[in-house]
Amino acid sequence: MLLYTLKRLLYVTPVAIGVSIVCFLLIHITPGDPLSAILPSDAPLELQMQMRAAYGFDKPLWMQYALWFWKVLHGDLGTSIATGRPVAAEVLRAVGNTLILATVATLIGFTLGTFFGFVAGYFRDSWLDKLASALSVLGVSVPHYWLGMVMVIIFSAQLGWLPPTGAGPGGSSNWRPDPEHLSYIILPALTMSVIPMGVISRTVRALVADILDQEFVQALRAKGLGEYGVFRHVVTNAAPTALAVMGLQLGYLLGGSILIETVFSWPGTGFLLNAAIFQRDLPLLQGTILVLAMFFVALNLAVDVIQTALDPRIERA
Amino acid sequence: MSAILEASGAAPGRDRGGPAQPLLSVTGLVKHFGGRRDWSGKRRGMVRAVDGVDLEIFKGETLGIVGESGCGKSTTARLVMQIIRPDRGEILFDGEAVGSPALGLQDYRRETQMVFQDSYASLNPRLTVEHTIAFGPWVHGEGRRAAVARAHDLLARVGLAPERFAARYPHELSGGQRQRVNIARALALQPRLLILDEAVSALDKSVEAQVLNLLLDLKAEFGLTYMFISHDLNVVRFMSDRVMVMYLGKAVEVGPSDVILKDPRHPYTTALLASMPSMDPDNRTEEAPLFGDPPNPIDPPPGCRFHTRCKFAAPVCSAREPGLGADLGDDLVHRVACHMADPSSGHPGAVAAMERA
Amino acid sequence: MAVLSDIRIDTVAPLPARASRGYWGSVLRRLMRDPVAMVAAGVILAIVLAAAFAPFVAPGDPYKGAMLRRLKPIGDATYWLGSDELGRDMLTRLIYGGRLSLFMGVLPVACAFVIGSTLGVFAGYVGGWVNMVLMRVIDVFYAFPSVLLAIALSGALGAGITNAVVSLTIVFIPPITRVAESVTTQIRTRDYVEAARVSGAGAFTIIRVHVLGNVLGPIFVYATSLISVSMILASGLSFLGLGSKPPEPEWGLMLNTLRTAIYVQPAVAALPGAMIFITSISFNLLSDGLRSAMAVRA
Repeated sequence: MLLYTLKRLLYVTPVAIGVSIVCFLLIHITPGDPLSAILPSDAPLELQMQMRAAYGFDKPLWMQYALWFWKVLHGDLGTSIATGRPVAAEVLRAVGNTLILATVATLIGFTLGTFFGFVAGYFRDSWLDKLASALSVLGVSVPHYWLGMVMVIIFSAQLGWLPPTGAGPGGSSNWRPDPEHLSYIILPALTMSVIPMGVISRTVRALVADILDQEFVQALRAKGLGEYGVFRHVVTNAAPTALAVMGLQLGYLLGGSILIETVFSWPGTGFLLNAAIFQRDLPLLQGTILVLAMFFVALNLAVDVIQTALDPRIERA
Repeated sequence: MSAILEASGAAPGRDRGGPAQPLLSVTGLVKHFGGRRDWSGKRRGMVRAVDGVDLEIFKGETLGIVGESGCGKSTTARLVMQIIRPDRGEILFDGEAVGSPALGLQDYRRETQMVFQDSYASLNPRLTVEHTIAFGPWVHGEGRRAAVARAHDLLARVGLAPERFAARYPHELSGGQRQRVNIARALALQPRLLILDEAVSALDKSVEAQVLNLLLDLKAEFGLTYMFISHDLNVVRFMSDRVMVMYLGKAVEVGPSDVILKDPRHPYTTALLASMPSMDPDNRTEEAPLFGDPPNPIDPPPGCRFHTRCKFAAPVCSAREPGLGADLGDDLVHRVACHMADPSSGHPGAVAAMERA
Repeated sequence: MAVLSDIRIDTVAPLPARASRGYWGSVLRRLMRDPVAMVAAGVILAIVLAAAFAPFVAPGDPYKGAMLRRLKPIGDATYWLGSDELGRDMLTRLIYGGRLSLFMGVLPVACAFVIGSTLGVFAGYVGGWVNMVLMRVIDVFYAFPSVLLAIALSGALGAGITNAVVSLTIVFIPPITRVAESVTTQIRTRDYVEAARVSGAGAFTIIRVHVLGNVLGPIFVYATSLISVSMILASGLSFLGLGSKPPEPEWGLMLNTLRTAIYVQPAVAALPGAMIFITSISFNLLSDGLRSAMAVRA
C-alpha cells in the first residue's frame, strides 16, 4: 500500500510541475508587458526598473520560472497589487471559507445523490427511476449561478427567510458553525450541491444497476439471502467508486466555486479570484490558481489511493 | 483486364524456386515479450513465447501446427506474417529473404495472407463485405470497380452468392459466413501461402466441417500452400500433410501427420494424443497422460523443457537441451527433439527406442 | 488447375446489391423513435432557427432602449417578456442573445473536437513513447478543474469573445483527446486493423478507412455531451464579465446586468438564465439519446 502511494506520488510529480508551469505562464500570456501586471502603469520609472530586476523579467524565461518556483516553495506567492499584502496570506484566509462551503455542498450533494441513485438503480425503468434520473439530468444541466440567483429571488427577496449574500457577521474572517452564521451558508451550499448531486446520482444509478445485473447477485438471492443482505452487498461494491466520484466532485467545487461565490458574495477563493481579475491583480490571480490547482491534484491523488485501498480488485502492483 | 492481373505478378511464372524449394523456410525464430532489465542490464522476466523455431513448408502441402495454449503457435504465425517483428531469425520465402531487396515487405504481403480466429473481430463493422474484400487489391493499385468485381467473384467461390451477401455488414452474417468472408479476403491478393490461425476453432462442428471442406477445395483449385494452426488434433489430422508439435516456444516433433498421430516419437506428442478421451467404452482413458503443472514460459526448465512432466526423464534431460534431431528417414521429413531418439545422447532409453524404429 | 489470376473480371456482372442499412442510418432511425431526444432536438432547432432568423422573428431592436420603460414585467402589452434595466425588449434580446450564446457554446467544442481528435487518434495509433509524452502533457491540463482553467485563461488573456472562445477550446481539448486516444488504442489492436496491415496498406490509409469510421462516432457523442457544459461555462464567463461585453445581447451577460433587478422584477431577471438552462438541458438529453442509440448493435 505504501509502495503504491509512493508510486502514485512519483507519477503525479511531473504533472504537478506541469501545473505550476502553466500557472507561471499565465502572467506571460497576458497581452502587453508582464510588468504591467505587477505594477500599475503610472509607477515611477526607477520602481519599474527595480521590480523588473526583482522579478527577473530581464532574464530568460526558464530562469524566471526557476526563481518563481523557488519562491513558491518557500511560501512566497508574491504580493497583491491591489492590497499590497502577501498573496499567500490572502489565499489562505479565503481557502478556509471555500473549503467549508465546498465540503458542506459536497456532503449534501452526495447524500441526495446516492439516495436518488439508489432509488433509480433499484427500481430501474419504473416511474421512480425516471423521476430520479430526470432530477439528476436537471442537476447536471442547470447553470448554477442562475440557480443561485433564483434561490436568492425566492428565499431572500420574496420570502425573506434567508440572507442573500455574505458569510455573516464578522465579514470575511472565518465562518463558524454557530446559529448566527448558519443561515448564511444554506443558500450557497444548496445551490452548489446541485451539480455533485446530479453527477453522483447518475454514477450511483449506473453502478447499482450494473451490480444488480451481475450474476453473483442472482446467486445470492437463489441462496436465500434477504433483500437487506443483497443491499449490503450492493453498497460495499458501489462504495469505492461512489466515494471516488464524491472526492473528485469536491475538487471541482473547490476549483469552480467562483461563480457561486460571486452570486452570494461568499468570501472564499472564488470571490478572491473575481476581485483579482477585475483589478488586473495578476500576482493574486496566479497565486490563487496555483493553490487551487494544487489542491485539486492532491485531492485526486488522495482519492486514487483511498479507492485502491478500499477496492480489493484493483491491482496494487 | 487480365493485363492488370499479369502485371501484378499473378502470372504462372511466380514460382521462382521450383518444386524442391520449400515455399517457406524459417530458421532460428525467436521472440521474447516484456521483461525488465535488472541491475546488471540483463533482461529478466520475459515471456519466451517463441524460442528458436525452425520450420519448412513445401509447396502445395499443408503444415499443421499443434500444441496447448501458450505454446507459441499463434505468435509463430504472427512472426511469419510479419505482424510482429522477430527478435532473431530468418524467414525465406521461395528462397528469398523477406525484407531483402529481392522481396520487400509489400511484395511479401501479397504472397502470404492470414485468416484469424475471431471471425467477428477480424471484420471492420463499418464496411460492407465487398469493401472489406476489395480493400487489399485496392491498396495495391487496383481500381475500385475492378476490386469490387473481384470481391464478388471471390464471394461466389467461397459459397456466398454475391447478389445476397456483397452489401451486407458483418453483424448480418453468421459465424461460418463471416469466416468464409475472411477466407475470401485473404485470397483477394492471390497469395501462395495462407496461414490459418485457429480459423475454425470458434465455429460449430457442422459449420466447421463445411469450412474445412471449402478450404480443401480452394487449395486444390488455386494451388495454395497452408499453414494450419489448431489445438484440435482431429481437425489437424484431417487437414494436414505434415504436423509440427510445439511446446513452450519450441518445436518438439515434426513429421508426416499420419505417422506422428499414430506413432509419435516424442513423449509430449504421445501425451497430447492420449489426452483426447477415448470414445470406446471398452477402452476408457483411465489416467491422466500428463502429470505436473505446465511450467512457466517466463522461466522454462533447464535442458529439455518437457523433462519436468516426462515419464522417461533421465539426468541428461535436465542437463542438455535436445535439438530437432536428424531426419528419421520416413517418406516425408520427420524430426524429433528428444534425447531418446538420439543414440549418442546418453539417454538410457535411446538405444531401445532406436531399435523400435 | 485454375490459378487465381484466371478470374476474368468482365465475366462477372455485379448485380445491384440489396440496399443494406448503413450504421448511421440505423442510429438515426433509433434516435427518431426516442421521444425525449426528439423533443430536445426540436427545442434546439427552434432556438437555433430563431437565433439565425432573429431580424425576422424578433419584435424589436435589441439595442434600442428607453429609460422610461425599463424593467417592465412579463406580459406587458409592448414588451411581451418584459424589458431590461435599460428599457430594451427582453424577448428581442433573448432571441438575439441566442446567437452569441450558441456561438460561444458550440464553437469551442467544435474546434476542440477537431484538434482533440487529431491529437488523440495520432497518439492512440502511434503508441509508444510519443503517446506517453503527449498524454502526460494533456494530463497537466486535465489536472485543472475546467471552470478554474477557463477562468484562469480568460482572466489572463483578458475579456472578449475571441479570448473566451480560445480559452474554452483549450479547456475542452484535453478530455476529447483522452477519449480519442483511448478509443483509438482499443481499435488499433482489433484483428481487422491487423488484417488491413497484413494487406499491405500504409498507416494513413488504414486510419482513414478502418480507424476513423469506428472511432469518430464515440468521440462525437462525447463531444456533444460537452456542449451543454460549454454553454454554461461560456455564459458563466460573460456573467463574470470575461466574455462578451455590453451592449451585446448574450444570455450570461444579461444575467449579470440584470442582477440588481432581482428585487424589482425577479421574473424578468431570471429569464436569460432560464434560456441557458433550457438549451443546456436539451443538448444533454439529445446527447444522452444519441449515446443510447449508438450503444445498441443493430
